[in-house]
Amino acid sequence: MNNVYLSHNNIVSAYGFDSASAIDSIKDEVSGLSLVDDSSILPNPFYSSLITQDSLSEAFQKLDPKEAYTRLEQILLVSLSDTIKKSGLELTDRVGLILSTTKGNIDVLETKNPFDESRAYLAELGQKIEDFFGFKNEALVLSNACVSGVLALAVAKRLIRQKRYDHVFVVAGDLVSEFILSGFNSFQALSEAPCKPYCKTRSGINIGEVGCSILVTKDDNNLVDESVRLIGEASCNDANHISGPSRTGEGLYRSIVSAMNQAKIDADAIDYISAHGTATLFNDEMEAIAFNRANLQDVPLNSLKGYFGHTLGASGLLETIIGMHSLYSNTLYASLGFDKLGVSQPLNIIKETTSKESSIFLKTASGFGGCNTAAIFQKVNS
Amino acid sequence: MSELKQELKEKIIEQLNLEDVSVDEIANNDPLFGEGLGLDSIDALELIVMLDKDYGIRLADPKEGRKIFESIDTMAAYIEANRSN
Amino acid sequence: MNRSDYHIKSYCRIRDGKISKDGELLFSDASEEFPAFIKAAYKHFETDYSKFFKMDNLSKLAFMGAEVLLRGNDEENTALILSNRASSLDTDRKHQAAISNPKGGFASPAVFVYTLPNICMGEISIRHKLYSENSFFIFAEFNPHLLSNYTNDLLETGKAKEVLCGWVDYDKEKYDAFLYVIGKKGLLAHNTEGLTKLYRTK
Repeated sequence: MNNVYLSHNNIVSAYGFDSASAIDSIKDEVSGLSLVDDSSILPNPFYSSLITQDSLSEAFQKLDPKEAYTRLEQILLVSLSDTIKKSGLELTDRVGLILSTTKGNIDVLETKNPFDESRAYLAELGQKIEDFFGFKNEALVLSNACVSGVLALAVAKRLIRQKRYDHVFVVAGDLVSEFILSGFNSFQALSEAPCKPYCKTRSGINIGEVGCSILVTKDDNNLVDESVRLIGEASCNDANHISGPSRTGEGLYRSIVSAMNQAKIDADAIDYISAHGTATLFNDEMEAIAFNRANLQDVPLNSLKGYFGHTLGASGLLETIIGMHSLYSNTLYASLGFDKLGVSQPLNIIKETTSKESSIFLKTASGFGGCNTAAIFQKVNS
Repeated sequence: MSELKQELKEKIIEQLNLEDVSVDEIANNDPLFGEGLGLDSIDALELIVMLDKDYGIRLADPKEGRKIFESIDTMAAYIEANRSN
Repeated sequence: MNRSDYHIKSYCRIRDGKISKDGELLFSDASEEFPAFIKAAYKHFETDYSKFFKMDNLSKLAFMGAEVLLRGNDEENTALILSNRASSLDTDRKHQAAISNPKGGFASPAVFVYTLPNICMGEISIRHKLYSENSFFIFAEFNPHLLSNYTNDLLETGKAKEVLCGWVDYDKEKYDAFLYVIGKKGLLAHNTEGLTKLYRTK
C-alpha cells in the first residue's frame, strides 16, 4: 500500500504524439524549438515548440468526437486517450482524474476565439475531459503555477494513500498564447534565441506547448518497462517574493531535504537530477544555490527546456516522463544549449548524452508565488 | 522639467498603488528603490512599461533601468533626453 | 470514510460585507464594492502591510482571511490548501483587456503576476513566514471531501503540523471566502459534514 507507481504514459508535442517520438529526438539531441513568426501571439518572431494543428486535428478525429473541442482540449484528449487505452483500465469509481494546468483554455478570452468565455473556467475544462472518457469521479484541477505538473503526481499519491482512489490518471497541458507570451515579455524574460539553461551566455526563456498524461497506480501488476516508484515528494514555499526566486534557494532546498527524508535516502543515492532550468538568470542561480546547499552539486543534472521550452503546467509531468525513460535506458540526456557554466555555484551539467547505470532520480520545479516541488523516483525494473 | 517630475510622481503613486503616499512626500532626489520609496523588482518592470507606453522609450537593455530609476531627477532627465512623444 | 483525528481550530467567513470568525461577527461594512470593503477591513484590523495595496482582489480576499486566522498562531509548519471556482479569472480578464487594447496593447507585469490563483498563497506565505506545502485546486463548488482527504494526508505524514484550508473565490465583483485551520485540537471535529454545515451557515 505504501508503494505508488508511475506507469503508462504519453507525450503530445512538436515531436509527435507519443512518448517514444519525444525520447528518440532527445536521444539524438534534436531540439523541438523553432522560430515562430505569428504576430497574433507576439509582435516579434519568437522561439517555441508548437504542436502542429493539422496533425493534431487528424489524431483527434480518430477519437470520433461528438462536439467541438478547443485546441487545448484536443491536445489533452489525444494524450489521455492513448494512456487510458494502453492501461486497459476500466474507469470505475476507484479511478481518479487530475488535470494540471496553469491557464487552461485561456485563449477563449480573445475576441477572435469562437468558443464561449465560460470555457475559461478550469472546472469546465476538467469536466469536458471527465465526460469524454466517462470518468466516475469529478476531475480535480490543480493550478499551482509551474510546479503543477510534478505536484499533481504528489497529489495523486497522497489521495491513493488516503484510499480515495486506487488509480489516478494525471493529464497536463498549457497553450502557447498571446496571454502568456505578452506577460513573460513584460517581465523581460523571453529569449530571442533558443534558451540555454545554466549557460553563461543564456538570455532568458522560451515558452513551448505539450500535453502529457500518465497513470499513477498502487497496482504493481499494471506497470511498464520505464515504471518508477514515487518514493518522496515535498513542496515548500520560499516565503520571500511572489515573482522573484529566493536568493538562498530556501523553498527548493527545503523541498529537496523533505523529499529525501521521506524517501530515506542521502544525496549520494541520487543518480540524476531533472531540474527546472528555465534559463533566466535568477531561476538558474537560485537552483544552483539550493542544489549546493543540499550537497547535490556533483550529481549529473539537466534541464529539458532546450528541447521543449518551458511548458508551464505540463513541464513537471513532461520532464518526469522523460526522466523515467532516462532511468530505464540508463541514458543521461544532454542539457541542450549548455556550453559554459553561468551560475555562481558548481553544478554537474550533462554536456552530452551518455550511458550511466541509474536507479534514482530527483525532479524539481519552481514557480511564481514562491512555490517549489521536489519528487524522487526509483526504477522498478532494476 | 518640474512639470514632468510632478507628472512622474503622480503616475508612480497611481500605477504602483502606493497607498498613503502623496506627491509632496516624494523628493526629487529620494531613492525610489530600497530605503526610499521601497519599490521592488515588479515595480521596476512596471516602470519600464511606463517608459514605453507613455513616453515611447524602449530600453534596449532592461539593466539600464537601475540607473534611470534611481530617483525622480534621473528619470525625468532620461525621459527629456530620449522621449519620442 | 471520513474519520479524522484532527479538529477545526478556527474558521473565518468573508462575504456580503461581513467578516466573521468562529461564528462571531468581527467586522461589517456597508460598501457595495469589494475594493472599498476590503480596504475598510484592512484598516479595521490595523494591518499595516503596504504590499496589500499592490495585490489583486483574490489575493486581498485570501490575505484578509489568513490575517483573521493566523494572527497569534505561531505554528510555523502550517500548510496552505486553497480552492475556488474562478481561478484568477478576474485578473486574467484585466490582463487580456490590457494586451488587446486597440490603441496598442501593453501588458502590465504587476497585473500579469497575479494571473495565477496560487499567488494568493505566496502572499500569505510571505506575510506569515510559512515555508510550507501549498496546493491550489479548482472545483465547480466547495469540495470538503477532497480538501479533508488531502489535509489529513499532509497531517498524518508529518508534512504539516497544521493546515490553513478552504475556499476563496472572486469573480465578477462577487466574493466568497471560507477558510479554516485544521490541527490536533480544536473547536469541532474535522469532517465533511461539519465543513459543509459551516460553509452553508449564513
